[in-house]
Amino acid sequence: MNPAWMRQLTGVIALEWKKTFLSRRGWWVYLLALGPVVLTFLHSLIRARNQGGHSLFQDTQIFAGMFELYFLRLGIFFGCLGIFSNLFRGEMLEKTLHYYFLTPMRRELLVVGKYLSGLIVALVLFVASTGLSFWLIGRHQGAAWSEFLQHGAGLSQMIWYMVVAALACVGYGAVFLVAGLFIRNPLIPAAVVMVWENLNPFLPSLLKKFSVIFYLKSLCPVQINVPPPLNVLVTDTDPASAWIAVPGLLVVAMLVLAYAAISARRVEISYGE
Amino acid sequence: MSGPLTNRLITFGEVSRFYGEVLGINRVNLTIPPGITSLVGPNGSGKTTLMNLMTGLIRPTRGDIRVLGIPPDRPEELGPIVGYCAQFDNFPKGLTGYQFLHSFLRIRGMSEVECAERTRSALDTVNMTDAAQRPVGAYSKGMRQRIKLAQAIAHDPQVLVLDEPLNGLDPMARAETIALFQQWGAQGRHVIVSSHILHEVDRISDQVILLSHGYVVAEGEIQGVRSEVKDQPMQILIRCDHPNALAARLFQQDHVVEAKIHPDGKGILLRTTDADRFYLLLNRVVLETGLDVESVAPADDDVNSVYQYLIGGEGGTV
Ligand SMILES: Nc1ncnc2c1ncn2[C@@H]1O[C@H](COP(=O)(O)OP(=O)(O)O)[C@@H](O)[C@H]1O
Ligand SMILES: [Mg+2]
Repeated sequence: MNPAWMRQLTGVIALEWKKTFLSRRGWWVYLLALGPVVLTFLHSLIRARNQGGHSLFQDTQIFAGMFELYFLRLGIFFGCLGIFSNLFRGEMLEKTLHYYFLTPMRRELLVVGKYLSGLIVALVLFVASTGLSFWLIGRHQGAAWSEFLQHGAGLSQMIWYMVVAALACVGYGAVFLVAGLFIRNPLIPAAVVMVWENLNPFLPSLLKKFSVIFYLKSLCPVQINVPPPLNVLVTDTDPASAWIAVPGLLVVAMLVLAYAAISARRVEISYGE
Repeated sequence: MSGPLTNRLITFGEVSRFYGEVLGINRVNLTIPPGITSLVGPNGSGKTTLMNLMTGLIRPTRGDIRVLGIPPDRPEELGPIVGYCAQFDNFPKGLTGYQFLHSFLRIRGMSEVECAERTRSALDTVNMTDAAQRPVGAYSKGMRQRIKLAQAIAHDPQVLVLDEPLNGLDPMARAETIALFQQWGAQGRHVIVSSHILHEVDRISDQVILLSHGYVVAEGEIQGVRSEVKDQPMQILIRCDHPNALAARLFQQDHVVEAKIHPDGKGILLRTTDADRFYLLLNRVVLETGLDVESVAPADDDVNSVYQYLIGGEGGTV
């Protein structure tokens, strides 16, 4: 029971998750997660005061837009950049990575351990933020919103948003962990990935599948469309069904992570002069 | 080569390491047996590079390294037998001394009981038991140095690599730390210690390796290194007004290996195996001929000058 590699893995997670949660460099990640909660809270306050205004349906539309434009493209994207690219880069800057590299722990396992620690933090922050924001956005509808959440499509929508947020952390986490392993300035991979992900709707169908956003968008419970005039450029690929999108995204993340794990064996400790 | 003998040695075969264009070490051949070995050289001479190479933190550009028969790019095999106290004075944030040792033992895959036991024993070895529950961030330089040593020894490695471990220690702590090295050396471990001050480590070392500008310039027992340095002709540059007259006298001496008039005609570049006799001769020549000597100084690119630098000498002879 409890073989050595399990102790190594839990050992890394025990050391890392605290460091990531308490990282002073990462304070703005909290803002990214807190921002939409504050916004939706204000929205519900203001709407509650000016009765009427818009319908429950409009609230779900607003959230759908906010989820794709803010959570997927900004909040979780940059949050994962902050969390995951620092897992290795941060320790190179702080000159502490050699302590890990001097142990007999397999580098592959170290990559997995660090990834899981980052994932714990990202999931706690962004899944909670997604759930809370969704709950808050229609709160001003009063009983109708409770009814929608408890007996209508609300609960299932909320759960799907949280699942998609979790998958976004899984996917972007893997991508930015690799970036932090090799690239000094995290803004470069961030820009490259961002351009790639935002070009996604305009890419041919095969290329679309090599991205994170493609799977995430397919899974969103409420679809929003590319506004005209850009919509004429969009290649129509059938959105992947959940049975394809979830494993598809996991496979992309695993491939990226496997690459990180294999190349971690060649990483040298060079903290610079 | 293989077998039980090489498996007791750390070997470097024609090892070079470049950092881009910058030379770290060049064509180093070394054999390090158990016992205390000092790597001595000025800053930038390649001590840390050698140590990072033998602990697998960096890889050679060329050449072959074996640590007790193991290539250092296999952390799974190297990790258990090597302990490294690196020169970086950095620690994972927010840990006490105890947690620091314990966490990394756990990452080595040890059981809870073993981690606790080894942590306590390592803390005891370096006399840090009392400070163990305080955060490492609040330690003094000397305490940080000791907790790093404890971290290096905690898993009981055969090979201990210690980069400038005496740096920043007061004389008391220095003596205590040196006693630890002797104890570990006497246990049959490989204890490899770097320093830029030769006399700090020469007496306790079984072997000394002198490094300069990325090259091994002398290697062996300290007596051997001393005489090797002594036997090497020393280069001296003499600036004076009549170099030809001086050269004529010098050529008659058997300790003079070579004497060249400096290209500008105002000096002599001399290579001698016995600098003391040269200085005596020079004094005599000055008295007899009224030679006007402007300066006499060791030319600064030979082993001797390195050695002089390392022993903190003011110049002159060995
Ligand atoms: N990461 C690095 N990048 C570039 N140059 C380096 C690096 N590490 C060491 N060097 C260079 O290699 C040479 C040897 O350095 P080092 O091994 O640190 O010497 P020492 O430990 O004896 O002071 C120096 O010229 C140094 O500037
Ligand atoms: Mg050094």
